[in-house]
Amino acid sequence: MSSIPILKQRERQIHETGKAPFDMTCDKQSLAGSVSQRACVFCGSRVVLYPIADALHIVHGPIGCAAYTWDIRGALSSGPQLHRMSFSTDLREMEVIFGGEKKLYQALIELIDAYAPKAAFVYSTCIVGIIGDDVAAVCRRVTREKGIPVLPVHSEGFKGTKKDGYRAACDALFELVGTGDTRDIAPTSINILGEFNIGGEAWLIRDYYQRMGVQVVSVLTGDGRVDDVRRAHGAALNVVQCSGAMTFLAEMMRAKYGIPFIRASYFGIEDMAKALYDVAAHFSGDTAIQKRTEALVRAQVTAVVPELQRIRADLEGKRAAVYVGGAFKVFSLIKALRQLGMQVVVAGSQTGNADDYATLRDLCDPGTVILDDANPLELSRYVIEKRADLFIGGVKERPIAYKLGIGFCDHNHERKTPLAGFEGMLHFAREIHTTVTSPVWQFVPFRTV
Amino acid sequence: MNTSQNSKEYTLGQFPITPTASATQNACKLCAPLGAALVFKGIRGAVPLLHGSQGCSTYIRRYLISHYKEPVDIACSNFGEQTAVFGGGVNLKLALENICKQYDPALIGVATTCLSETIGDDVPMFIKQYRATQPEATVPPIVHASTPSYQGSHMEGFHRAVLATVKTLAVAGTGSESTRINLFPGMLSPADIRHLKEMTTAFGLTAMVLPDYSQTLDGGLWESYQRIPSGGTPVAEIAKAGDAAASVELGHTLARADESAATLLEQCFDVRATRLGFPMGIRATDAWLQTLADTSGRPIPDIYKEQRGRLLDTLVDGHKHVNTVRAAVYGEEDLVAGLVAFLAEIGIHPVVCASGGQSRHLTQVLHALVPAAWHEEMTILEGADFAAIETAVTAARPDLIIGHSKGYALARRLAIPLVRVGFPIHDRMGGPRLLHVGYEGAMGLFDRIANALIEQRQDGSEVGYTYM
Repeated sequence: MSSIPILKQRERQIHETGKAPFDMTCDKQSLAGSVSQRACVFCGSRVVLYPIADALHIVHGPIGCAAYTWDIRGALSSGPQLHRMSFSTDLREMEVIFGGEKKLYQALIELIDAYAPKAAFVYSTCIVGIIGDDVAAVCRRVTREKGIPVLPVHSEGFKGTKKDGYRAACDALFELVGTGDTRDIAPTSINILGEFNIGGEAWLIRDYYQRMGVQVVSVLTGDGRVDDVRRAHGAALNVVQCSGAMTFLAEMMRAKYGIPFIRASYFGIEDMAKALYDVAAHFSGDTAIQKRTEALVRAQVTAVVPELQRIRADLEGKRAAVYVGGAFKVFSLIKALRQLGMQVVVAGSQTGNADDYATLRDLCDPGTVILDDANPLELSRYVIEKRADLFIGGVKERPIAYKLGIGFCDHNHERKTPLAGFEGMLHFAREIHTTVTSPVWQFVPFRTV
Repeated sequence: MNTSQNSKEYTLGQFPITPTASATQNACKLCAPLGAALVFKGIRGAVPLLHGSQGCSTYIRRYLISHYKEPVDIACSNFGEQTAVFGGGVNLKLALENICKQYDPALIGVATTCLSETIGDDVPMFIKQYRATQPEATVPPIVHASTPSYQGSHMEGFHRAVLATVKTLAVAGTGSESTRINLFPGMLSPADIRHLKEMTTAFGLTAMVLPDYSQTLDGGLWESYQRIPSGGTPVAEIAKAGDAAASVELGHTLARADESAATLLEQCFDVRATRLGFPMGIRATDAWLQTLADTSGRPIPDIYKEQRGRLLDTLVDGHKHVNTVRAAVYGEEDLVAGLVAFLAEIGIHPVVCASGGQSRHLTQVLHALVPAAWHEEMTILEGADFAAIETAVTAARPDLIIGHSKGYALARRLAIPLVRVGFPIHDRMGGPRLLHVGYEGAMGLFDRIANALIEQRQDGSEVGYTYM
């Protein structure tokens, strides 16, 4: 399949392990005309803040950005559902010419009166700065008049990559952190950062930590509440999942409040157990926590392993391609797939950094293709070349897999199934089993020729 | 902690929607570049290119893929900060170059975005400059559609891209080809387009359909890898649009637009234009087939007389399930008009008719399609969002809601059955295969409407009837 061309400027963002010296480039703006699977700065901010369920999220700009992000994620809330609404100032030509501040002000006042949110996030889209709107000034005025925090999110689509959007979201969150009451917080307490409660995952994770005897002050931002974010500075430790998204906030909280942070991933048994043990180790002064953690992990693993073994028998030796947003998830998926007897032959991410790709290189078997900010043609080429049986990605990658007759597992934020935690590993294994073992593949022309 | 318990306890059902004057809540429209990208997907070998930020193409791709379940490659010129300051010329040219290298396209369709339009990029000039730097043979035709999302909805983007394509490609012909027509179907499903093409062929006519994404967005599995999915109308066919015997343009509100592809061809190349509503229901399908009969000089084939017979038979068999039923209908204006025409034929009163579009013709169009006695009970909303629609539906309490999948939340809150039509269908299989047009489309639609009503009665009955 060498007939699928790779653009010259993209060559250094692709590496095959074991071949040529490792010299990958990453952290770049996507190449014009390459059909990047990435979104934009706005998308980065939107995914981080989206699950805060009692806040008003209003997109300031023409309608597209709000329309395409209406209720798109499986980020569940145990209470308010305001985050599932799509609010936009829906700017028209007149506002583009004369400015959109007035409409933004009116929209905020009306929406705050209608829905009584605990805070409001105002997302700037591409044209907001260009037409000269002073969004921060409008936010200050509405904060004054309505008595809730109204926070600008500087998420103009073109001002960087999705990562810059994460940073803008973290900046907005940091405005809230430190404004709440922390008096009832235990010394053995954590915040869970970068966990978005897709399909209820944050509930699973929170439950594990609580059963260990660790207080969870705030989950950022899964099943999020403004008041919980406000008191996040009272926690003793930040546990940060998802490599890119919320490290910025953890760093700012460490600098200002002296809260240390550790990284975690909740996908796969190995990383899930490690995430719990690492927190237990941090509170090593409390031996009861350590004991409870061991018991918890033992019980959870015992509960899921027999079925995982049965599934493994059917999946042994199958090959997988993994292309998702963050590189940290790729690491976990490689380990989780190994546990199911599968080998990763293509691995990539939208937003990995140099360290991530070095780790990936060390983690992968020889002959694995590593991709940064890939496009559909590259993904297709290597999936074909490496004869993958399974593709793990998001909605945009799904048709690539299906047209070629390859199984698919959605591991993005739109899914409705929890794949994190010990139970999540079972869901993950079952989903992969369902897709890989389907009898429809025997009719697929691409596979039979 | 049990996840299912939690999600059951709190549902969208409790959500108190409150309409606002300044904010749009849950839009019932999409942005203009989406419509343009869809049109370019209907041209053989074409690659759409959005001149704007990376998110523009990625969000639109995701939205389209979730409905069509097909690969939808849309390139982007990918603005950075420098681009926004110094203009998008460099990026656009680089994007064109990279698309040519990777995809070897037969056409590149450039649609602008709010960003490139606001900074005032002169896209036609950039394209001209790009052409000048490249060997002529290596550059495919490039169509430019101006589609800032602050002007109109995805439908304006759609029609502008159709118009721009015809304007760019159509040339004066040698003489009229009597069996060739231009068909501008509007935003219908792949199944609809296939059906319209079949009907045209049955009259011995060849149709240049723009856009024709019936295969590119609803194709089979691949035998070998396809950089650009097969199907679509060839560029050479579009070029011959000026040679056709007639143009047929579908859509009641489009018929009142100031400019359109059919109007352009009529003005420039003297191609007779016929403007019809979507051929949905009996009379509109009759009119469509009669137009084909008049253009071809052939009688209506027996197969359609038979289909019409089966449709009427079905409507009689089921008439009591639907007559006097009240419905809410929403979606693109032309789709709403097409549906309302059919509903009126079977006695369903469209008490709420809403669209995110704002042609300013909707009320007039709809009033002409229903008995005058119904006008008073109809709430017609243009430029509506789902907060306004839900408020109107709550007040009207119709028996049925007809529209795309984004109305699910309100239908669920109000416990009114939703019959899914149009685009997008993000929560069911088969969206691209939904047939709305022709007698067969009407029959399928009738079955689904009647069955939704029957199912509700059956499920709501304590008796549990097995005959309905």
